[in-house]
Amino acid sequence: MFDKETKDGKKQFNRGDEEDDDGEDDKGLDAWERAYADERSWESLQEDESGLLRPIDNKTLYHAQYRRRLRTASAARIQKGLIRFLYIVIDLSRAAGELDYKPSRMVVVARQVEAFIREFFDQNPLSQVGLVTLKNGVANCLTDLGGSPESHIKALMGKLESSGDASLQNGLDLVHSLLNQIPTYGHREVLILYSALSTCDPGDITETIQKCKTSKIRCSVIGLSAELYICKYLCQETGGSYHVAVDEPHLKELVLEHAPPPPAIAEFAIANLIKMGFPQRAAEGVISICSCHKEAKVGGGYTCPRCKARICELPTECQICGLTLVSSPHLARSYHHLFPITPFDDVPASVSNDPRNLPKTCFGCQQSLLNPASQAKLTARPKCSKIQNVHSWPVSCYTIGNMPGPCVCCPKCKQYFCLDCDIYIHESLHNCPGCESFRHSRPVGAVEG
Amino acid sequence: MTPVSSKLYTDDVSLLMVLIDTNPFFWNSVKSTLAFSTFLSNVLAFLNSILLLNQLNQVVVIATGYNSCDYIFDSSDSQSQTQRVEQMLQKLEEFVDKDESLGREDSVDGPGFSLLSGSLSMALCYIQRVFRSGPLHPQPRILCLHGSPDGPGQYVAVMNSIFSAQRSMVPIDSCVLGAQHSAFLQQASYITGGVYLKPQLLDGLFQYLATVFATDLHSRAFLQLPKPAGVDFRASCFCHKNTIDMGYICSVCLSIFCKHQKKCSTCGSVFGQAQTQDSSTPDRKRKTPLDA
Repeated sequence: MFDKETKDGKKQFNRGDEEDDDGEDDKGLDAWERAYADERSWESLQEDESGLLRPIDNKTLYHAQYRRRLRTASAARIQKGLIRFLYIVIDLSRAAGELDYKPSRMVVVARQVEAFIREFFDQNPLSQVGLVTLKNGVANCLTDLGGSPESHIKALMGKLESSGDASLQNGLDLVHSLLNQIPTYGHREVLILYSALSTCDPGDITETIQKCKTSKIRCSVIGLSAELYICKYLCQETGGSYHVAVDEPHLKELVLEHAPPPPAIAEFAIANLIKMGFPQRAAEGVISICSCHKEAKVGGGYTCPRCKARICELPTECQICGLTLVSSPHLARSYHHLFPITPFDDVPASVSNDPRNLPKTCFGCQQSLLNPASQAKLTARPKCSKIQNVHSWPVSCYTIGNMPGPCVCCPKCKQYFCLDCDIYIHESLHNCPGCESFRHSRPVGAVEG
Repeated sequence: MTPVSSKLYTDDVSLLMVLIDTNPFFWNSVKSTLAFSTFLSNVLAFLNSILLLNQLNQVVVIATGYNSCDYIFDSSDSQSQTQRVEQMLQKLEEFVDKDESLGREDSVDGPGFSLLSGSLSMALCYIQRVFRSGPLHPQPRILCLHGSPDGPGQYVAVMNSIFSAQRSMVPIDSCVLGAQHSAFLQQASYITGGVYLKPQLLDGLFQYLATVFATDLHSRAFLQLPKPAGVDFRASCFCHKNTIDMGYICSVCLSIFCKHQKKCSTCGSVFGQAQTQDSSTPDRKRKTPLDA
């Protein structure tokens, strides 16, 4: 442990020196070099008392960011639109070929769309996505609404060429005509990734925007160049969000913000009962022709309970009888949006300053809750002497060497967690290990499956 | 001690999270076929053999109790090889006493379920910590040695854990010791790509454990392991708890009903009348060719 730290520290230090030299050379640097020179990453390095490099601690910073996101997300426990019909409109006009994003805007956009589609289906297994491209002044429907991420991604990667102008109106008109046909219980959404600084329209775009508004289509735009009034107006009118990305990580963040289901607006989608089928897995070794690819296949696959047609994967819609086919895990995957776990509370400094009030380890992962900087030294010592020494050290030493690190506490089960577990529990697990581990503190609202 | 950097973690270094069911009501009900002490000696021999297979292997044991869950053993903590078993048994004894003291007299009704969702969540948190520790980490997997029946109230929590495990590519193996199959663990193993096994003869538990669950993930590809038998992915309706092929789903809260209702009993939404024949009309409409 100790060895590694020293070694890493030295390595980092050497690298820092080299970059420093580069920065002083002259201003005629290559673009990739400039990235390092601009960031001046070596300036954030810190030394500890023995002259070793301390690992850069942006953990608390990350955590603060995450808390902000969590608070806005769970501010009000409102109904979420779980069944979404989303069209992603991708601008492939001349502006998408610009090289300010590396290697080019459209490649970066395609990469983010791919990540987004995967994340979207992970979070919204009952929803559907379609792709539309804007190019040469017209809008093209690349893929119809569907639930299979692979087919969308394949279609998009095969069509990455930019030319001509973008027409926002044509795009909206096309999406409007496509989304008008979906059942009323679905939430209609459009996400536009717009590279151009202008729109080349055949008519009055404000009329189209009003049409989208009356059809209750929620339009959101993510710009890649600069803010445009027409995009802002569109988002304001239809209840979407408008953001302009400053760089690739920011773009990624903005795109992924659209993956969790948005709050449902009551009049946007009428509550309804949807008829769905739960197909059973066909027996192994049976040969049958699947209705989706029209190919004979051996084993695997599912059988539609209404028309007995064979389907390759779930969730889908039966090609023969039109029944929506899902499996119970798909429904279960959405339940965490409906029953979110409460955000954990920060432990106030008055409590955490006295280590005797706190358990020594995080309830989830058993990581020590002591200050990470002091932890390396403590673990290097034999375990038993550490425990004995804690109470016999003089006070000054005690507070420095054994300061509790930042931690959080679940308001329901009163267990303490480290910051990493906090993020994992709220972003991926959606269970509080503490609440789940004590029979009598189980949440009352738990539903039966 | 070898410096961390020189450790070469490969596919065959494993981190095995073992979840042991300690539900006293279950173990009382199977006293005649498999005593808890026999079970423990089988498991201890299995854990020792895992640690002997590769000196970098790590084993963590979590007890899944009736009232609580806790870590009872971590092979990276233990100082000496010889005290391993004593250490673990002592922690286990403490845990069982604590678990008993947490219980309430009035809550006992038949062989209740143990808190599988809690121990799964803890195991996943521990695995995330291992992932965070750097690029060189052992391959984690979870083994549930479970006997108690499924607790219906845990459904959402167990499913959440399963999906989180699937996302971080952690297989959940399960060895079911009770009389019935466990629908939770069947789904867990199927979705995460683990092995589900219900041993025929509990006397030979060690043999089952050693042949099926001891191999690392890389070597599994070369073995004939038990194939997943038909996993039932049908849902049960909220109104009568019947398993159904076809049903109605509330578009707001995804509750499942076997018959058409006017109002959702879970979220209280009133369903629009216009769409009662929903499955036919809008779908046919959508199939019409689009003039783009």
